Amino acid sequence: MAGTSTINLKDQFLNGIIKENTIFKLALSLCPSIAVTNNLKNGIYMGLAVLFVQTMVNITISMMRNFIQPKVRLPIFMLVISGWVTITSMLMAAFVPDVYAKVGLYIQLIVAFASILARAEMFASKNGFVPSMVDGLGMGCGFLFALTTISFFRELVGKGSLTVPTGLATQHVFTFINAKPLLIMVLPAGGFLAVGLLMAAFNWVDVKYLGSKSHGH
Amino acid sequence: MGSEFTRLFELVISASLINNFVFTRFLGLCIFFGVSRKMETAVGMSITFTSVMIISAALSWVVFTKVMVPLEITFLEIIVFIGVIAGLVQASDTIMRKVASGLYYKLGIYLALISTNCIILAVPLVSAGEKYSFIQSLAFGLGSGLGFALALIIMASIREKLELADVPVPFRGLPMAFVVTGLIALAFTGFSGLITM
Repeated sequence: MAGTSTINLKDQFLNGIIKENTIFKLALSLCPSIAVTNNLKNGIYMGLAVLFVQTMVNITISMMRNFIQPKVRLPIFMLVISGWVTITSMLMAAFVPDVYAKVGLYIQLIVAFASILARAEMFASKNGFVPSMVDGLGMGCGFLFALTTISFFRELVGKGSLTVPTGLATQHVFTFINAKPLLIMVLPAGGFLAVGLLMAAFNWVDVKYLGSKSHGH
Repeated sequence: MGSEFTRLFELVISASLINNFVFTRFLGLCIFFGVSRKMETAVGMSITFTSVMIISAALSWVVFTKVMVPLEITFLEIIVFIGVIAGLVQASDTIMRKVASGLYYKLGIYLALISTNCIILAVPLVSAGEKYSFIQSLAFGLGSGLGFALALIIMASIREKLELADVPVPFRGLPMAFVVTGLIALAFTGFSGLITM
């Protein structure tokens, strides 16, 4: 089972969610975290898109790792990432066109995600198929978790409702408060505020409960 | 002729103020937060970025309109634009090193950072989507560069002061920067409706 690697799969998976959470800890790939999170449904789909791309890219690079010339590896990684992003973009346009209409540009910008490139370079190009896949899933889930949390917070506080996807083309909007409590939360400015507050909260939980020393950025 | 020029002016104002790429469209954030700690780096990045932006806007337009549209491979735009930008950055790096080494010494490091910047990819994508003409793409690129410069300089001047302030521990560093950016973004919301496009 363990084979040649001594990587603990469970730890690797959790790494992406907590210790090296892309948004809250590494502060990478921030652009979509604010742009698309004014609505729970959009946030979830964007998170799923990143999860898909991250995992597939890790798998692809890991399978190809013995054939990639070191000198041209960065362009090759970019090519692989662009390919998967194009595929994801088309899939979303086909299956969830209403979400795609809003977040389409940001899906395409997944290509520029430093986090995916970094994972490919640091992990997938050096590790086997299963660890790479788990790492991709972990980082992707961490991203999904972050986006979902941010969207949940923003939509609830900003619009008093939650748009929960119940199927590919349907959603149920739970309205908790009829007036819009803090409209600013769903505007760009609120996005920054929400992420800042949630990041601070994450830091606080991290230091208090998970025992890591407070980090300086 | 008059209305064409007005439209260009509107594009520049729109890209730099109303739809500021950082405060309204949330693009280029990683670089924004990374480089805005000191005024010096902010200014350096602004200059480099605006220049690269304009050139890449021009190049991407040419490649898209003259090559991709006739060949009907527009769905490859992501891959092609990334290629164009990477090539441009590499070329600028090499040229700058030889021709203007003094300048390269100061600004060279920002060039490398630009290639993973969302904005540099977003501008060609938006131009292609909105089907801007060549001059319009240039204006759009210029506006976005100016907007980014404005954002960086405002942020740097605030962050330099923030270093000396007494910030609560969980907020130290990036979270506080985000909150500050939120406040600036709030101010920028005032620009909406400045020009009806």
